[in-house]
Amino acid sequence: MSQAAEIERRHPTPVRFNAKEAARLVSRAAAVDAVGLEERAASLAKRSIKRDSKLWALDLVIRSMDLTTLEGSDTVGKIVAMCAKAVRPNPVDSSIPSVAAVCIYPHLVPVAAGQLKNTGVNVASVAGGFPSGLGPLDARLREVREVVELGADEIDIVLNRSLFLGGQYAQAFEELAAAREAAGDTHLKVILETGELGSYDRIRQASVLAMAAGADFIKTSTGKIQPAATLPAALCMMEAAREFFHETGRQVGVKVAGGIRQSKQAIQYLVLVYETLGPEWMTPDLFRIGASTLLNDVLMQIDKERTGRYQSPDYYTID
Amino acid sequence: MSEQRMPVRRTAKLFIGGEFPRSESGRSYEVHAHDGRLLAWAARASRKDLRDAVRAARAAQADWGGRTASNRGQILYRVAELMEGRRGQFEQELTDAGAVDPVRGVSAAIDRWVWYAGWADKVHQVLGATNPVAGPYFNFTIPEPTGVVGIVAPEDQALLGLVSRLAPAIVSGNAAVVLASENAPLPAVTLTEVIATSDVPGGVINMLTGFTRELVPWLAGHMDVNAIDITGVPEDMRADVEVQSAENVKRVVRADGADIFSPAAQSPYLVTALMEFKTVWHPMGA
Amino acid sequence: MARIEKREREAPERREPVWEYATAPESSDIVRLEDRYGLFIGGEFVEPKSGKYFPTINPATEEPLSEVAEAGPEDVDLAVKAAREAQEQHWRGLPGAERAKYIFRIARALQERAREFAVLESMDGGKPIKESRDVDLPLAAAHFFYYAGWADKLEYAFPNRRPRPLGVAGQVIPWNFPMLMAAWKIAPALATGNTIVLKPAETTPLTALLLAQVVQDAELPPGVVNIVTGAGETGSLLVTHPDVNKVAFTGSTEVGKVIRRALAGTGKRLTLELGGKAANIVFDDAPLDQAVEGVINGIFFNQGHVCCAGSRLLVQEPVFEPLLDKLKDRLQTLRVGDPLDKNTDVGAINSRQQLQKIEELVASGVQEGAEMYQAECNLPERGFWFRPTLFTNVSQSHRIAREEIFGPVLSILTFRTPAEAVEKANNTPYGLSAGIWTDKGSRILWMAARMEAGVVWANTFNRFDPSSPFGGYKESGFGREGGLHGLEPYLDFDGGGE
Repeated sequence: MSQAAEIERRHPTPVRFNAKEAARLVSRAAAVDAVGLEERAASLAKRSIKRDSKLWALDLVIRSMDLTTLEGSDTVGKIVAMCAKAVRPNPVDSSIPSVAAVCIYPHLVPVAAGQLKNTGVNVASVAGGFPSGLGPLDARLREVREVVELGADEIDIVLNRSLFLGGQYAQAFEELAAAREAAGDTHLKVILETGELGSYDRIRQASVLAMAAGADFIKTSTGKIQPAATLPAALCMMEAAREFFHETGRQVGVKVAGGIRQSKQAIQYLVLVYETLGPEWMTPDLFRIGASTLLNDVLMQIDKERTGRYQSPDYYTID
Repeated sequence: MSEQRMPVRRTAKLFIGGEFPRSESGRSYEVHAHDGRLLAWAARASRKDLRDAVRAARAAQADWGGRTASNRGQILYRVAELMEGRRGQFEQELTDAGAVDPVRGVSAAIDRWVWYAGWADKVHQVLGATNPVAGPYFNFTIPEPTGVVGIVAPEDQALLGLVSRLAPAIVSGNAAVVLASENAPLPAVTLTEVIATSDVPGGVINMLTGFTRELVPWLAGHMDVNAIDITGVPEDMRADVEVQSAENVKRVVRADGADIFSPAAQSPYLVTALMEFKTVWHPMGA
Repeated sequence: MARIEKREREAPERREPVWEYATAPESSDIVRLEDRYGLFIGGEFVEPKSGKYFPTINPATEEPLSEVAEAGPEDVDLAVKAAREAQEQHWRGLPGAERAKYIFRIARALQERAREFAVLESMDGGKPIKESRDVDLPLAAAHFFYYAGWADKLEYAFPNRRPRPLGVAGQVIPWNFPMLMAAWKIAPALATGNTIVLKPAETTPLTALLLAQVVQDAELPPGVVNIVTGAGETGSLLVTHPDVNKVAFTGSTEVGKVIRRALAGTGKRLTLELGGKAANIVFDDAPLDQAVEGVINGIFFNQGHVCCAGSRLLVQEPVFEPLLDKLKDRLQTLRVGDPLDKNTDVGAINSRQQLQKIEELVASGVQEGAEMYQAECNLPERGFWFRPTLFTNVSQSHRIAREEIFGPVLSILTFRTPAEAVEKANNTPYGLSAGIWTDKGSRILWMAARMEAGVVWANTFNRFDPSSPFGGYKESGFGREGGLHGLEPYLDFDGGGE
């Protein structure tokens, strides 16, 4: 079964909320105690993952990775090279799996789609006025539709924080619902930009809003501002996703992105998933890591586990 | 090995933001021992160096003030550990400066530093309060660091005098800009070398050597300095410093003349003199 | 609002995890155990005059670790004499600033040897290495650090009262936080100028004996700190010794009362830190996911071997079901097993005796009609273990709601209004601690003002700090440890102490 069909199977038609219901959901969203949340995240981060369990985790990190480049300077050449890396991260080691997807700007989708045809690696594209999420709504929705037509398998859009932080939840919801519709059946991730939201209560509310609008995934960050992904922010989102699943029966995945450069961090996020959501969520269908330099660090860690020697970056191709 | 070995001379530099720059003005001045020997050339700080030091202090203060009191206490204790290890150098520099009993002076300085380290996590208990207001409110008063403190160190007692003003200033979470003794700056410089290697974050303590009369007006008039310790300000300049301080309502403090070796010269009130008291109300209702 | 039917809770089934954490054992190589330890008296390890020794075992494996001495009457007498001599000839006359430096040395040594102490603590007592490493040892070092700073500042804590040491302190500590309790006792006693004879618990003597080595390395004058190992009899000899000026006891309420009676009429100063049956109160507006963590931590931290454990959950009725669901799910993620595995959350029960006590009370809970729910987990063959357990359908009259279980067992009751929560929480002879979970600040303060408990935690639980006074109301004891208030029990004043 293709990845898209597999995703279809796991994500049945979203429950339809209307804007008023969504706004009410937001205001009823659970309070979050920041100190308690951060302590729980820190405690989970101390799990000691060794040997076989570490290798299993590192393998999953690669399989869950959205290899990302979102720079104004991205060219065809850059994308071609990155796609090669995405399919075969380590040319001298065939046991290393491909990543889940590449994540790029819309105009390069055709290039990536061509490179990745029949490889099992998805093409994910940002759309809808990334990263600010502002600008005329019709232009943003048009970009979403175009990206679908260009052949993207997945779309990453942003929450309109200007509306959300201004308290206009119904309107923010409507924009997301419109984007959901514009994306059709294409896998849709909604970026909350947790680093801008100001509190964990808001992160929880934003998660609820995005899930109610029909997102397939909620995602921490654009990677364009600091702070990007943090363990407590991700934990907050996972708790919201857990609650949403209990309430509606629909599993919405969580993607962490931005600032994850070391394998140790990536594994910590996996521990959060494992102990908050459970083993069934340990799959690229429900968990993703958006990263770029992380991949080589994972390769080095795998070789360190296998050989017992600390590795040098010289031995791993940049792309 | 019958030939005499030439020692490597120390360069005395400024201490700003955790680093040791020369003065941006490129100037320096001669430091002499009490018997006239040339000891070193110390940097002669300019108003721009002072400006940079205040900037560094402000940048560092939020983090330093935000640390747990216990952490600050442990870091100050570590400074004392390293002072003890360097006591030979301090004793030599005090001897050069003409100190009568350098060993006593260094021991007193180290012990005073340890004394203040122990106050970090206690001052709130002795001088903070919960206030029994007449109503269903929980009311508490907590002391908080005032921010950036300028310290004009005393001319004499080049180490103990400095420590007696600096330790109470920073233990509560303030950041400091210090103007060292003009005639005997070397113990201060050595102290900054100790501080740089003892977990004190860069910018919490900044030290300028140079001409006191030249630098004091710039410190007194600086709008981003919250408090100034005028202990080492020449008598004839004091009134003017207080006038300048009025511009941004700086808190003005100074040593009261107690014998510096006596217990009267150390007090938790010197800590709270550079703190602000914040009182918070919250209703108590089901 | 369109909604799918809420997913029916399935019967708890054996989860086959896709991902298993590999074992992550902390190496015990760092610990060097003697076959046998003497008593630490007058600065040296000496053989007991009693000639008696007894073994101490690892409760996770039942393997013997070492033998320690059983101090008899003559030994206790020698220890008290050594403490008295040290106090009069060395310690009392030392300036506070110098006393402080000795105590700072101990603090530093605990930081430097933290791992060694943490591993030994887990081996001897059964608690997870994660806890001894991240909680017990850092707090113990912090306690010495904090009180070192008071040694030369007592006049500020007690202005105009001429604070003076009492003399010799006899201290008896329990097995649940051996190293931390030793720090809680020794640090303030030394800071205030007293000397010490300390008796660690029968099942957990080893970290106290390692601390004796630290005391030697710090070059404390001989006799300032003395450690006498033994069981209840040794403790009794110590607290009733005529030349002990001050007794400090942490342990069960039952033994606390025995000591109180024994000291009647002797003029000895006494502080007691006894048992508890704390209420952990969750309101319907509480941040629920964090409240779950607080409840879980409140009762399963240190296997529930905690005097201030949140052993009664009082949950506001509207939120009872969601909270219970979350608690059951969370229970399943607790990892029970080898204390030296870094991923273990719940370790071994400290002794066979304690395990039997827990089993007996749990059986009573079932028998009296409460509904039991336990985590599904495999327990090791050897050693003393108990699965994390919840009881619902509990009423105040049940034994599991009244008696201290001192194990990983939570009794869950409900309430409707804040006033009812107060009433139920206080409806116990104990009064050590309480927890309050609500998003409403004014309610926190209103509730806190009405809790008959010496420690109130709001939106958190099991938080300790050397600067924060700890101690009980009612039968949980009297006197405070920690903070400025923790100095008072060790001092004499103009105008009277007690």
